[in-house]
Amino acid sequence: MSTPLGMRGWTAVLTAVLVIAVVVPALNLLVPPESVLHLDDFYVTLTGKIICYAICALAMDLIWGYTGILSLGHGLFFALGGYAMGMYLMRQIGTDGQYRSTLPDFMVFLDWKELPWHWAVSDSFVLQMLLVVLVPGLLAFVFGFFAFRSRIKGVYFSIITQALTFAAMLLFFRNETGFGGNNGFTDFKRILDVPIDQKMKVLLFVLSGLVLVGFFLMSRYIVHSKAGRVLQAIRDAETRVMFSGYDPVKYKLAIWTLSAMMCGVAGALYVPQVGIINPGEMSPAASIEIAIWAAVGGRGTLIGPIIGAFFVNGAKSWFTVTFPEFWLFFLGALFIAVTLFLPNGLMGLLRRPGGLLGLWRKLMRLGKDAET
Amino acid sequence: MTGLRGARPLAGGRIQGWLLSVLLAVLALGLVLLATPAQALTPEQALRIAEGDSEERLAALAEAVAATDPATDKTLGVYIEALLADEVKHVGGRAFIVQGEAVRDAATGQPVALPEGAEDVVNNNRLRRAFEAARSALQLFSADTEERSRAITGLKESADEAMLPLIDKALAAEREPALKEQIQQLRASVLVSSNDPARRLDAARLLAESPQPATRALLIERLGTEDKAEVKAALAASLAAVESRLAWGERLGVLFTGISLGSILLLVALGLAITYGLMGVINMAHGELMMIGAYATFVVQNLFRTYLPGLFDLYVLAAIPVSFLVAALVGALMEKSVIRWLYGRPLETLLATWGISLILMQTVRTVFGAQNVAVENPSWLSGGVQVLPNLTLPYNRLFILLFAALVLVGVALLISRTRLGLFVRGVTQNRRMASCVGVNTARVDTYAFALGAGIAGLAGCALSQVGNVGPDLGQGYIVDSFMVVVLGGVGQLAGTVYAAMGLGVVNKLLEGWQGAVMAKIIVLVLIVLFIQKRPQGIFALKGRSAD
Amino acid sequence: MNTTRRQAGKTLTALAIAAAGVTLSPLALAQAGGTIKVGILHSLSGTMAISETVLKDVALMAIDEINAKGGVLGRKLEAVVVDPASNWPLFAEKAKQLISQDKVAVTFGCWTSVSRKSVLPVFEGSNALLFYPVQYEGEELSANVFYTGAAPNQQAIPAVEYLMSKDGGSAKRFVLLGTDYVYPRTTNKILRAFLKSKGVADADIMEEYTPFGHSDYQTIIAKIKKFAGEGKKTAVVSTINGDSNVPFYKELGNQGLKATDVPVVAFSVGEEELRGVDTKPLVGHLAAWNYFMSLKNPANDEFTKKWAAYAKAKNLPGHKDKPLTNDPMEATYIGINMWAQAVAKAKSTDVDKVRAAMIGQTFRAPNGFMSTMDPSHHLQRPVFIGEVRADGQFNVVWKTKGPVAADPWSDFIAENKGKKNLPVMAKK
Repeated sequence: MSTPLGMRGWTAVLTAVLVIAVVVPALNLLVPPESVLHLDDFYVTLTGKIICYAICALAMDLIWGYTGILSLGHGLFFALGGYAMGMYLMRQIGTDGQYRSTLPDFMVFLDWKELPWHWAVSDSFVLQMLLVVLVPGLLAFVFGFFAFRSRIKGVYFSIITQALTFAAMLLFFRNETGFGGNNGFTDFKRILDVPIDQKMKVLLFVLSGLVLVGFFLMSRYIVHSKAGRVLQAIRDAETRVMFSGYDPVKYKLAIWTLSAMMCGVAGALYVPQVGIINPGEMSPAASIEIAIWAAVGGRGTLIGPIIGAFFVNGAKSWFTVTFPEFWLFFLGALFIAVTLFLPNGLMGLLRRPGGLLGLWRKLMRLGKDAET
Repeated sequence: MTGLRGARPLAGGRIQGWLLSVLLAVLALGLVLLATPAQALTPEQALRIAEGDSEERLAALAEAVAATDPATDKTLGVYIEALLADEVKHVGGRAFIVQGEAVRDAATGQPVALPEGAEDVVNNNRLRRAFEAARSALQLFSADTEERSRAITGLKESADEAMLPLIDKALAAEREPALKEQIQQLRASVLVSSNDPARRLDAARLLAESPQPATRALLIERLGTEDKAEVKAALAASLAAVESRLAWGERLGVLFTGISLGSILLLVALGLAITYGLMGVINMAHGELMMIGAYATFVVQNLFRTYLPGLFDLYVLAAIPVSFLVAALVGALMEKSVIRWLYGRPLETLLATWGISLILMQTVRTVFGAQNVAVENPSWLSGGVQVLPNLTLPYNRLFILLFAALVLVGVALLISRTRLGLFVRGVTQNRRMASCVGVNTARVDTYAFALGAGIAGLAGCALSQVGNVGPDLGQGYIVDSFMVVVLGGVGQLAGTVYAAMGLGVVNKLLEGWQGAVMAKIIVLVLIVLFIQKRPQGIFALKGRSAD
Repeated sequence: MNTTRRQAGKTLTALAIAAAGVTLSPLALAQAGGTIKVGILHSLSGTMAISETVLKDVALMAIDEINAKGGVLGRKLEAVVVDPASNWPLFAEKAKQLISQDKVAVTFGCWTSVSRKSVLPVFEGSNALLFYPVQYEGEELSANVFYTGAAPNQQAIPAVEYLMSKDGGSAKRFVLLGTDYVYPRTTNKILRAFLKSKGVADADIMEEYTPFGHSDYQTIIAKIKKFAGEGKKTAVVSTINGDSNVPFYKELGNQGLKATDVPVVAFSVGEEELRGVDTKPLVGHLAAWNYFMSLKNPANDEFTKKWAAYAKAKNLPGHKDKPLTNDPMEATYIGINMWAQAVAKAKSTDVDKVRAAMIGQTFRAPNGFMSTMDPSHHLQRPVFIGEVRADGQFNVVWKTKGPVAADPWSDFIAENKGKKNLPVMAKK
């Protein structure tokens, strides 16, 4: 029962792939820096970063937009994937660190003489990449299993996810935990023995973009499938779904774990491009922002959250440079405006009948039809 | 000086300088023999105590103390007090005591004019300890009980065998039974290092009665150097007795810190519990309402400092209603402008209130600056009360405990006895029905939300007395307050109380074992697990809905 | 018809000239000299704002002063101020922005060692210069950084030696209390080795860490009291950073832990951090720095007067009524002036030329001594131990006879054997 993409859809996808894989690398690497057309390294990294955020927003849409589970702790899975990649990158530094030791720098100043157990496979690219997906996935599975089974829903569930990411953040801030503590991981030098120069960063950018497109197509397939229908039914009326003979726990758990793994992959792509990871990525504030990207873009549309992520993060980059004092005002106002006036986000705005004029008229009538 | 050879200073942080022993030995001899006639403090002595090398100053102090008779001449005592209060300056070969505008000559005590170019006298910790010991030595024979008691406590740290005659004399002269016992302990702590094993044995046994933490240090040190078996046994037994007595102090200390934290959690979570119980709204701006209360306290403090400096100590009492009102107003504004439109959509409310919290934080940053602001404790909230020798309860935390209890009682009475409370309960239990019988649910919502916000403001006022006040104040307590509410359930206020106190005590117990961060993590994980088992919290509303 | 075409032609030409003017004028300006951009990378919000905000202000004051004297190489200095908000990844991002977007010639910034370590790859990767004004743990020597703060042998080691001396209380047991990040961890590692070399047993050392922003010190102070009660004289060495110091000292005062019983020496607490605390119960507690505001010498009088006037003129909160100066402010001031001198000597802002010209630069510092920039990229600094006064200032109770040269590769760490105190260029 899937809805095929159609001509317009596939053209859009192919254009995106072309831009990501060909145009951007050309403008950054082939065009000389003095030219007007040159795409600065800074913007490549920035866009790559936002693409990774967009993957998270997409993941959030799957669980919130289509299944009605609001997670305020998804940043945790993003960070775990990032840390798994970071561990590999730290081992790749080899003896080029500040202390010229085979151990990562932070272990040297802690006076540790050997690698702790959780670094056992950090030398192997393949195994560590498996961890990128397995660690967030496993944590999500276990947590989700118990939470959904106890039928924790709604606000309670959101608060619990927030507590989970907060606890993890505190844990990772401790130097004793063995993840670099406050310093986090930084100063990466190589991946698979290839130095992380601009060419590598462009490659990562391309990879991130292709993964985003890939995940988008995958998500589209899922939501238009039979399972997707059940998910939307769970969002709309979970009890009735139960009485209709489906077990919501299985569906919720599946989509929840998938969403976590997507975030893990996004984190892994994020870290080498940005060059640093730190427990601050696990803060509750970071996770709540993921929710707002999905809300701003338009929940339940798949493309909406991607647009939302680009819009909000683009605005953030612009504001923090031009009007740094106003960024938080803008973000706060965005939260309020989106929840009050734009329940369907930007996509809702673009798709609504009557267009923007209709929205204006609705706003004017807001005072009357608010009180139910 | 025969006393010097056997003199070994007490353990637990005592002055090693032999000069102090000299000082006290000389005083002891001086007072006991009364051979040297008492002399008043000379200007030259005063100057030598005030400036120069530490060793020289200590020597000069010892001389001055030996030469003085504390019963008749108070100048040295006054001078030492001034030195301890950093009120002494020196110039042109003389020392002066400067207290605000009043200047007196240190040696004669007569008021004089302060000459030009007077330099401050600088003391380091070592000199300060010597001054404190000298003061105690001088006050040992004072007529005032308080002074004698303080003197005995002060001498505990620096007594040694040279002082024995002095102590014996004081023991003989003492009339107060409590002080007599303290002097006995002092005597024992000196004798435990004596050369005579029999005396050591007696002293070791006597020390078992001591309630002082310093005795523990002394016993541990003596155990290390003792060779006679029976004395060693007595020392060990006394050590066990002292440690078990001290352990009580430690246990009570942990309990108090847990209750203190619990009272703070209670204040912080109470407002949230009310709004969540009533409207099902998790208010993510709750922390910022607390921050607003704390900043209101800051503003009141500044107003008092500028316009009513004499009444500065009372600013906290004025700040309490102000922070309540300001936070309540902001809460009411929030409710009317944003939250009421999101009725029935709790997840959206969560996000919208998070947006409000960002705006509130940024507003405060713009108005007051991004750094912390300094909120000073009034003098009656500084310091603490010493209930046991090793347990001091700070006044500011006791105040918060009391304050939290009062707020709790106030809110409980409000909810159970007033009309507003009746409406709030009604709307919580069944909104539709309450509306049907004529309750203006919109207005009740606003009032209840304002109440919850006002209580958050009170929490902020309390927090300003224990921690930093900055735009990020609320962020540190958001997760904690949610945990208390989620754990306590929304049935009754009792749930919030039990959850808050329980979390506070458990947190502090774990902290002593694993450190602050691990304690917090364990507590969070425990809550998450508890909620899996019992999703509705400790106290839950009974109802028939399936969801 | 002809007129419209002519008009169109005119308009197009005008537009073209305007466009050319707009695109070329920045180039023209740059050719004419324009300003030299100087980056300021300090937290203006978050947990470190209490310490770092004033460094931004003193940097701006130094820049104003230099501009008033005609600038450098005939060009004015222009400050580019960013706020990394006590967020370490944001420090790296802002550093990148300053270097590649704003194209600053030099950056003055960072306080915590973790912020410095976060930006180090950025500065080394782009071959840019950073002046770092705060005391730190050593164990680092980058050719892209000039360290104007103290290395452990210019602060931590002398402080502990003072504690062990008679005047300092003859401490035999030590509590090493710090915030949980690289600076306290590494400094404590060095101190442990130092204490061991002085015969202090492991059982006489207690090490505790709290996270950034921690505010409940009840349990830790109870632990210190218990530890102190177990035997010989105890002292606390505090590497707590940021606004955690305020609740720590408040609790210390409230619980009655006096300096004469258990002295606390802090390495990150100066006049500015004591501003929000009631200092009466803290009299006698110590701090170790290379500068105190209470130092009496002509250079310091001038510096404090200049600062007071500047703070009043710019209406700086707190400082306009009660101006305070501290060690990192002095280090920032020395750093900016030395950099300006080096640029003048090198006749260019090119990083490699300035780096070479920096070595050997001297400056009459407010600490009363002549500061020299050694080939180790560190300044020679005198060491002062100060005791807290009731008014929040410090009384100097001990000082070195003259400036001490830095030893960033501490001799107390075994792995440093054979390491020279000379920076190495980062491998590309």
